[in-house]
Amino acid sequence: MTGFFALGEEKADTSPKVSDEVKTTTCYMCACRCGIRVHLRDGKVRYIEGNPDHPVNKGILCAKGSAGIMQVNSPSRLRKPLLRTGERGSGEFKEIEWEEALSLATEWLGDIRKTDPKKLAFFTGRDQSQSLTGWWAKQFGTMNFAAHGGFCSVNMAAAGLYTIGGSFWEFGEPDWDLTKYFMMFGVAEDHDSNPIKAGIGRLKTRGDAKFVSINPVRTGYSAVADEWVGVRPGTDGLFVFALLHELLKAEKIDFDYLVRYTNAHWLVIDDEGAADHGLFARDKDGNPLCYDGKTKALGDASSADVSPVLAGEYTLEDGRKAVPAFNLMAARYMDEAYNPDTVAATIGIEPATIRRIAAELAEAAFDKEIVLDVEWTDWAGRKQDKMIGRPVAMHAMRGISAHSNGFHTCRGIHLLQMILGTIDVPGGFRHKPPFPRPCPPGPKPAGHTIAPNQPIDGMPLGFPTEPADLLVNKDGSPKRVDKAYSWEFPLSSHGMMHMAIHNAWKGDPYHVDVLFMYMANMSWNSTMNTSGTIKYLTDKNEDGEYKIPKIIYSDAYHSEMVNYSDLILPDTTYLERWDCISLLDRPISSAHGPADSIRQPVIKPDRDVRPFQEVLLDLGVRLGLPGIANEDGTAKYPGGYPDYIANHERMPGVGPLAGWRGIDGDQHGKGDANPKQLEKYIENGCFWSEAFTPEQSYYKHANQSYLNKAHAMGWIPNNKPIVMQIYSEIMQKFRLAAEGHGDIQPPERDRQRVKEYFDPLPMWYAPLEDETLDKKEYPLHALTQRPMHMYHSWGSQNAWLRQITAQNRMFMHSSKAEELNLVDDDWIWVTSHHGKVRCQVKTVEGVNPDTIWTWNAIGKKRGNWGLDKDAPESNKGFLLNHVISELLPAKGEKHRYSNSDPVTGQAAWFDLRVRVDKCTEAEAAENVTWPLFDVTPPLPNMAPSPKTVRYGEDFKSEEHSGKSGGTHMEWVGNRHENATSGTGVRDGYRNSLKEEDK
Amino acid sequence: MTSLPAQPSKKKLGLVVDLDICVGCHACSVNCKEWNTGGHSAPLTDQDAYGANPIGVWFNRVHSYEIVQDTGKSWTVNFPKSCLHCEDAPCVPVCPTGASYKRSEDGIVLINGDYCIGCKLCSWACPYGAREFDEDAGIMKKCTLCIDKIYNENLEPQYRVPSCVSTCPAGARSFGDLGDENSDVSKLVKARGGYDLMPEQGTKPTNKYLPPRPRNAENDANGQQAKLDSVDTSGANVIARWVDKVLSR
Repeated sequence: MTGFFALGEEKADTSPKVSDEVKTTTCYMCACRCGIRVHLRDGKVRYIEGNPDHPVNKGILCAKGSAGIMQVNSPSRLRKPLLRTGERGSGEFKEIEWEEALSLATEWLGDIRKTDPKKLAFFTGRDQSQSLTGWWAKQFGTMNFAAHGGFCSVNMAAAGLYTIGGSFWEFGEPDWDLTKYFMMFGVAEDHDSNPIKAGIGRLKTRGDAKFVSINPVRTGYSAVADEWVGVRPGTDGLFVFALLHELLKAEKIDFDYLVRYTNAHWLVIDDEGAADHGLFARDKDGNPLCYDGKTKALGDASSADVSPVLAGEYTLEDGRKAVPAFNLMAARYMDEAYNPDTVAATIGIEPATIRRIAAELAEAAFDKEIVLDVEWTDWAGRKQDKMIGRPVAMHAMRGISAHSNGFHTCRGIHLLQMILGTIDVPGGFRHKPPFPRPCPPGPKPAGHTIAPNQPIDGMPLGFPTEPADLLVNKDGSPKRVDKAYSWEFPLSSHGMMHMAIHNAWKGDPYHVDVLFMYMANMSWNSTMNTSGTIKYLTDKNEDGEYKIPKIIYSDAYHSEMVNYSDLILPDTTYLERWDCISLLDRPISSAHGPADSIRQPVIKPDRDVRPFQEVLLDLGVRLGLPGIANEDGTAKYPGGYPDYIANHERMPGVGPLAGWRGIDGDQHGKGDANPKQLEKYIENGCFWSEAFTPEQSYYKHANQSYLNKAHAMGWIPNNKPIVMQIYSEIMQKFRLAAEGHGDIQPPERDRQRVKEYFDPLPMWYAPLEDETLDKKEYPLHALTQRPMHMYHSWGSQNAWLRQITAQNRMFMHSSKAEELNLVDDDWIWVTSHHGKVRCQVKTVEGVNPDTIWTWNAIGKKRGNWGLDKDAPESNKGFLLNHVISELLPAKGEKHRYSNSDPVTGQAAWFDLRVRVDKCTEAEAAENVTWPLFDVTPPLPNMAPSPKTVRYGEDFKSEEHSGKSGGTHMEWVGNRHENATSGTGVRDGYRNSLKEEDK
Repeated sequence: MTSLPAQPSKKKLGLVVDLDICVGCHACSVNCKEWNTGGHSAPLTDQDAYGANPIGVWFNRVHSYEIVQDTGKSWTVNFPKSCLHCEDAPCVPVCPTGASYKRSEDGIVLINGDYCIGCKLCSWACPYGAREFDEDAGIMKKCTLCIDKIYNENLEPQYRVPSCVSTCPAGARSFGDLGDENSDVSKLVKARGGYDLMPEQGTKPTNKYLPPRPRNAENDANGQQAKLDSVDTSGANVIARWVDKVLSR
């Protein structure tokens, strides 16, 4: 077709000015911590892109990170400190000056510190400064501190750290480039979001690996998996044990790996009723014993020269019997109780599928063995001429974690990895430094004694190894307000934030005076039982005082938690602050080497707000906390948080950042503080990283060169090998106490519970809610996932991200919907033993038929987050939290345990069982969710949210740059993997070619 | 009426999207939005941004579909979609003002906002729904293939690729000259069976999609599933075999 007009071809400006400058920093749109390049123009953010040099994301950036512009310009940003003027929950505040806010906080906190410091409960959310906040709590003198790990991933962390000395997320990763078989359990858009997407992309593009996703829901990663196994929620452990059953019976076992790197051969005392029954038999020096098949005698199990046997019954010197741990383990899982035929129906898949996957695992591990020509020296000083890999990699997260059987299930997955010899080997699961560490790493939780004006004797969170480490009183009652480290939840090594508000309200174990929280939306999407929690926060004594007398809260945004707080300390956004992502806390290391990073302020706040960490240090000075204030009352870090980051030392030579230490900045890991350290970080793109040598890269648990390095860096207390724990003697110690041994025993109420769940071998039990509920009354499982483009509640205030999802629906299998006579957008009631919520249904195929699910944290309270009162988030979107109880269903007795894992205290969000009923026509006609809350009024001086956003119009240049334009670059995604899989594409990386292919 | 170039350009810049590995994360959509809201067609306006019906201009959108076979087997496909920069772009000839045009040097289809009268004929003509009307500005907007990024002398060469490509976490997006059969992107398309979207429309799209590859088979050629052979049906007997097995550390 020819036309009349040909005048259209504008001379499009191909080289307009982009920015005045580009500053690097670290993203904080989720917990992934990618490096970003922020293009700035006229002091405003023009564009945010991934930093190609950064070890975490290597240039890529997800939807969340790319939406940072709308976050730092969100109309819901807090503007100035606020003091509550109306009733709690009314949302009525007045603005106050910082001096008044800090004086008030100092007065409240100072009164507590002078009398009973544990009356401060200090809990933080998804922040990344726990090495500072935990230390601050210690110096203040309260053990009532934790971050959000107790309701997120402590099952994964604890199971891993007590079993293999590291864990899934953040302490390990699959060997994406070498694995031949990748199994992913219960991962939606969980942590490590960009590295997982990148890894899956490379693995699939290579074309020589199989990717299996075990998940009740098929979205995102599961959608691109070679095979999706849609198990019934909470049955992953059974599935794993059935795989073990098959592998053990077929002798598909890496025996050498087990005796070299685990305690499989250690002898376990078999003397039922004795105080040491089930503990390891040891020689007089405390070395574990094994049976040596060559000498036909007992030998030191930790010696390099012993020749262990993994089965049989042996006689100890004292005449008692002992059995290798492996024998106990194998006998358990080869039992018919774990035959695929027995368990398949409970899991909701075919027995043949379990058998086939077991066969595929064995094939990948043993028939596709990888041999790397890399010489290395083992822990005993023996030279090895190659590195052998069993290329089966596994990753697991929230879908395992958020069940009350998650600790044992995760231990079961680690056991499967050990049997196949796939931990920290080529093609397997790889530790990230500073892990592996001894199982578990030190230190123990502190806070046994609390005294006025005194710090506690260590960090509040740690790893108990015996009953004496529990924080319990003589009568066995909990010392911590959240009941962490009590007999109810002995290994709760991330604390139990999800119980803090309930317990403080109830006075069980006691009331607190001040609840101090940071970045945790605990009155809304971060709590179980949202309506109940709102009641706890607003409930009063007869004298008219709130049951939780004072609440201080720091947040950057007008979140729902602001409504229920008394004093608000407004935080900055992530582009307006310093931060450090530290090896002392949650580092950004990869399997290739250690790394840490910083945030630097790239824009200036246009509000009267202060970074929380600055405020925390300021409060520390005002309160005279040792280490933060000098003896004369002046600040130890007068330069605030950046001063602390560069100059604080936790141990001699060890500070928040590992890079460029020493006066000359030439030491890494350990070294004196370097006043110019932050400048060095900025010069390097705001991160520090170091690569391991090839000989240090695998077998890190038993690799001399690695262990020496890790010890020199201060990551591990000595350079001894890390022995993985098939059999957990620590678990048995708690069980023995429950059986009546030792001075410290559980109270009668908890005795049976501890005995039952402290099994030294991984076990499976139905999620605890199932025990008491009539499954006919509540036939469905209900879950949440987090959308890839959103995270937490922050996403909904984001003008771009909320266009992708502004309302969540309840997803249901089409067959179930048909059974219930439901079609898309019908209104339904979802009812649990605890409560009900009204929402709309959406039918799908990719879900376990007995499971319904929805997106998490989309539902909002009307008027919060800068959203209109008619926003879909608050009127049609909903929280599943309303029907999740923080307590287990009552079983007749008065005491109700928390709805948590009985070992770790992990919140059991995904144990939820519900029924679904169609709404009546009248109910549906209301066309809104239930419960629907009152509209929160706007905060003082908060501008109304704009109707129309024209962000970027100022950046459009009126004038043509006059430049003719540079050359574009050809870019091939996964170029290397596409090249090596025979497409004919030249080898290289994205838009750069390998030298010989140019 | 507006003319397409008299001769199709030799150079045909475009995108290749790998549906085998797209996880549907929307990174491409949002990174595109943030680059382009300050770029050639700025701004990419958002209306009712914090209200009941937030709706804005996006050059790239991701759709997720479930595909159900007759057998009942189903799978999920994530499908990002933007302007395909067609050789026979139907959106160009319908333009009454010459605002909608196809560049003769590289085939990129653009809109000159100064000439657009907002008649929407082009969006009616586009069979892919790839055009975006900015109600606020009253003009049509669309994917520019980051014309102001891919040639931008103010950026170092490594950054001169469309923002949806460099940001893609899964590596599912590639960019290059699809008019050159020897280019790497052309080779990739050929090797992976890349296809045109809705070829029956005769638009000759430049962008290509790589289809999901066959998933690793669950059954062997006989329709049987693999399983391991137990060395003994009794667990106790299996353990008994290991009593004499002497290992070395």
